[in-house]
Amino acid sequence: MTDKPVDQNPIIQKLRGWDEKAIAELSEFRGELTIVLPRGHLRRVAEYLQAEPGLQFDLLSDISAVDRFPIEPRFELDYHLLSVPLRQTVRLRVWVPGSDAVLPTVIPVWPTANWHEREIFDLFGIRFDGHPDLHRILMPDDWEGHPLRKDYPVEGFRT
Amino acid sequence: MTTVETAAGPAQTMVLNMGPQHPSTHGVLRVVLELDGETVIKARPEIGYLHTGIEKSCEALTYSQAITLTDRIDYLAPLSNNLAYCLAVEKLLGLEVPKRAQYIRVLLTELTRVNSHLVWLGTHAMDLGATSVMLYCFREREEILKIFEMVSGQRMMTSYFRIGGLALEPPPGWLDRVRRFIEMFPSRIDEYENLLTRNRIWLMRTQGIGILAAKDAVALGVTGPMLRAAGVAYDVRKFFPYSSYEEFSFDVPTRTECDSYARYLVRVAEMRESLKIIRQAMTKIPPEGPIRADAPGIVPPQREKMKTEMEALIYHFKIFTEGFAPPPGEVYQRVESPRGEVGYFVVSDGSPKPYRVKVRAPSFVNLQALPKLSEGGLVADLIACIGTMDIVLGEVDR
Repeated sequence: MTDKPVDQNPIIQKLRGWDEKAIAELSEFRGELTIVLPRGHLRRVAEYLQAEPGLQFDLLSDISAVDRFPIEPRFELDYHLLSVPLRQTVRLRVWVPGSDAVLPTVIPVWPTANWHEREIFDLFGIRFDGHPDLHRILMPDDWEGHPLRKDYPVEGFRT
Repeated sequence: MTTVETAAGPAQTMVLNMGPQHPSTHGVLRVVLELDGETVIKARPEIGYLHTGIEKSCEALTYSQAITLTDRIDYLAPLSNNLAYCLAVEKLLGLEVPKRAQYIRVLLTELTRVNSHLVWLGTHAMDLGATSVMLYCFREREEILKIFEMVSGQRMMTSYFRIGGLALEPPPGWLDRVRRFIEMFPSRIDEYENLLTRNRIWLMRTQGIGILAAKDAVALGVTGPMLRAAGVAYDVRKFFPYSSYEEFSFDVPTRTECDSYARYLVRVAEMRESLKIIRQAMTKIPPEGPIRADAPGIVPPQREKMKTEMEALIYHFKIFTEGFAPPPGEVYQRVESPRGEVGYFVVSDGSPKPYRVKVRAPSFVNLQALPKLSEGGLVADLIACIGTMDIVLGEVDR
């Protein structure tokens, strides 16, 4: 694995030097770097990437979820980070199993995550541990089900 | 409700719903306000009234069909969204678009920026009582919409950018129309500035109102003119150039006052910068040349070829019945829309339909800053705060 060009990336080298175990997997597609993290390391890595001089990922552009149903672990969460001072980007990915769809919140690191996490909770049913205000944001409060899951039909459930 | 101390003794705050039907919320935004007299103690935006499930719908359409939905996300900047989506799919495919199409895309997205800023300026000024500005702005916007109609056949839902290039060859004489517009427009910007920039009422209503400091803006993920009015020169066109933006010379206007007035100045300056880019694009666009990539099976063949070549006919049939399948993978494409960073995260599983399309809508993220902008201010200034954010509710709710 050490021969891949991805490993030469300074972001990866810094992260490796800090904690070897923080990276579960690396991939690069069309010039976009993806770092897959073990679920338990998300918060630590987020704090490190945000604060470390030389990385400074100060702006969280987006959090997206993808449902890989029926494959387990079912949910894939992608955090798109941007460093304004250093003009670099990276994508963090965490896999979440459907039976235990919980992740730690990253609001203390990037306050913008608040609404993104609410949206993912609303549309995918993934819970965020430590979120101060976790309730539906786009769908009505009394809605049943999570529409962006793959086992939710496009035309909705007929009653 | 909470109890607050006033000069006349303890008093109860009042909870007031502003919207979802309210003219100055620019759509169907509901803000739950907690008021102490005229002072806003808490402002909580409630969204979702325009949620139409565009992301879910995209999963049921082919890659080409989904373009029509991207128009409807941000109806004031449809071409910026078309561009972001097309660039994302082109990146998935590894497709290079001909230079001529890239320059035309740049020209039209910059016109879109002017169009969107004009609607923003007109409605924002009207919210604050300057009714005539809106009439001026919509007069010029009409000219831009006529240009869009000329090239795409539509004034608003253009769907003009397609995967691999453009939908149609622009009609003869369209550049003359653009030229007439950019010759006339600088003096029109001067007119708006004459009405507002040193207008005492305008200054009192916008200066020092809706402060959002750079640190808070970055932490809240705010992008676009709102971030640049706080002194952070983040512009996707400069940071991560796309569609040949690196060949154009333009400045990124910034201010450091962080208030509504600074955001007004930034947007007005951006209109002038857009004109600069349009002018350069006009000299760069070659009069002839391909407007679509040479990618059989992805880009529909020319009508003429279909009459003489069997492969062309087969490809045409396959593209419109099955679509095409990009390799499995995922890309995130950023584009600078009039409101900030619009991002399309497109996931392919190797089938002809996108597995997931996620839209990072700048309005959605920027709206989160509303409590920061308005809390502690007056109710009347809340209108200025909502106006200065330049949100499009279609994009907030998707």
